[in-house]
Amino acid sequence: MTTLARVLAQSSDLAWRNLLHLRRTPTALVSSLVQPVLFALLIGYVFGGSLGGSAYREYLVAGLLTQAVVFTTSFTTVGLANDLQQGVVDRFRTLPIARMSLLLGRAVSDLGAGMISVLVTLLCGLALGWVPHTGAAHVAAAFLLLIVFAFATCWIGVFIALVTPTVQVAGSLGLIWIFPVTFVSSGFVSTTTLPSPLQTLANWNPFSGLANALRVLFGNAPPPGFVAQHGWSATHPVLYATICAVVLLLVFATLSTWRYRVRTSN
Amino acid sequence: MAPMYLMPRNGPPVTEPVVVVRQLRKRFGAVTALDGVDLTIEQGQVMALLGPNGAGKTTLVRVLTTLTRPDAGLVRIAGHDVSAQPARVRAAIGLTGQHSMVDGMLTGRENLILVARLRGATRARARETAGQLLERFRLTADAHRLAGRYSGGMRRRLDLAAALVGTPDLVVLDEPTTGLDPQSRLDTWEAVTGLTEQGTTVLLTTQYLEEADRLADAITVIDRGTVVAAGTADQLKATQTRTVALSVTRSDDLAAAVRAARRAGGTEPRVDQRARSVEVAVTDGPDFVTDVLRELAAEGVEPLEVALRRATLDEVFLALTAPHPMVEESVTR
Repeated sequence: MTTLARVLAQSSDLAWRNLLHLRRTPTALVSSLVQPVLFALLIGYVFGGSLGGSAYREYLVAGLLTQAVVFTTSFTTVGLANDLQQGVVDRFRTLPIARMSLLLGRAVSDLGAGMISVLVTLLCGLALGWVPHTGAAHVAAAFLLLIVFAFATCWIGVFIALVTPTVQVAGSLGLIWIFPVTFVSSGFVSTTTLPSPLQTLANWNPFSGLANALRVLFGNAPPPGFVAQHGWSATHPVLYATICAVVLLLVFATLSTWRYRVRTSN
Repeated sequence: MAPMYLMPRNGPPVTEPVVVVRQLRKRFGAVTALDGVDLTIEQGQVMALLGPNGAGKTTLVRVLTTLTRPDAGLVRIAGHDVSAQPARVRAAIGLTGQHSMVDGMLTGRENLILVARLRGATRARARETAGQLLERFRLTADAHRLAGRYSGGMRRRLDLAAALVGTPDLVVLDEPTTGLDPQSRLDTWEAVTGLTEQGTTVLLTTQYLEEADRLADAITVIDRGTVVAAGTADQLKATQTRTVALSVTRSDDLAAAVRAARRAGGTEPRVDQRARSVEVAVTDGPDFVTDVLRELAAEGVEPLEVALRRATLDEVFLALTAPHPMVEESVTR
């Protein structure tokens, strides 16, 4: 067996273990089911009325999907921090498996859990009146991009777990970054309404990239009165989102592997 | 010249002991955890690593199992260097930890299947291995239950079974009975004895002499990061260490007897009020007896009985790992 095949086999075994854990503590999944519903109602109906009503709610769904992807990382963070704290990692480290497998297994299982969130968000979207206006190929491309992006984002969660000392810290730190990152973006509003430094940040926010790309691929137009975002990232949303996914993956997978090595040496 | 088994070789090791440790050193900041440890474990041997808390047992186990990198020295497991070939070492060892490494959220069977899969077994082979080990450790009836709901003894048995997946060259048991109730402890001993009958090479760390005496072929005593004694239980008992027991007729004389014993040297006297006796572990038995009789006379106490006998393993251990050399102790008082 090649090294790659072994790493993949080990990772899928470890992902299987993580999923068994999830299945046996279904309460852990409650937040990932409730969170999308909560935000769909909150933003769709509390703010939605002032922002453009039903046209806004259709625009909103790409933002909700993006947020669901980001929220999934908090799972990864807590799950891995838990394994690190409880010595489970030590057991796996005395087995002849690749360092990468433990982290990859975590990313894969949480991608699975994240897809449940995505599914719930889609159901909420349909209830809000959202529909894709493009063909099957575009919709398939949108979901492919979403999955790749979710996988890349998981590694941010992995990295946070590896830089936090305890599960408690990981739990709070794993959530706190999510709010600025998802709100200072084009997920829920037009970035042109933001003050200038924030606007630049929001325009180049990778999660704006994902939300914009999903809107293009689903054919969801902004509601009337939304000023279009400017700049290269807005005119090439799908390309920009793809680049972001690749860069996030490379950067955070590398950082995580390095951090894991440092943390577990000695 | 280096011994044969330390020479570089290409083929599978034939004559090399399963564990070879030479002049192993490890520091954590200002603390020296291991200060030049030597250890050899032959094929099929059961070695007990004995020492008080903080002696360096856990650090040594972590180095042997590739979890901690040594600062200096040679550490080879089944012919592979822990620093240069950690992956090969991991393939050659099975570890059960001080804290059970069983995954409580998986069933007994799933735990074993996962370990077997991670060791490279096919699905079918993993299931077969799990089934055999569950049978061997009398866990078949509970195989479908979550390991988190197992009793302490069952968890340790499962832990042992997990360490045996893939028949490793060396099984490391890090304090296998710490925190267990007496029945679970006996249970675990029985399971370990089962391993040794099958010719598995075992390194077991323990704080209990009884455990070492009962399970191991050889004992290495470490204290403050160095090996202070090594040998079989009988060899250790036959060291210079003796026990001197002296008893007095009146309880009022006990204090004087303790003073006399302290002045004569040896470990801190242990006093038995009921038996009106004082016991001391000593390395120079006959001299101590002479001294203590003189000191008793100086105190004006006549002993009822003075006995010099072979030390128990407990007493050898206490003498070997005493906080300070015995003689110094008596001088400072």
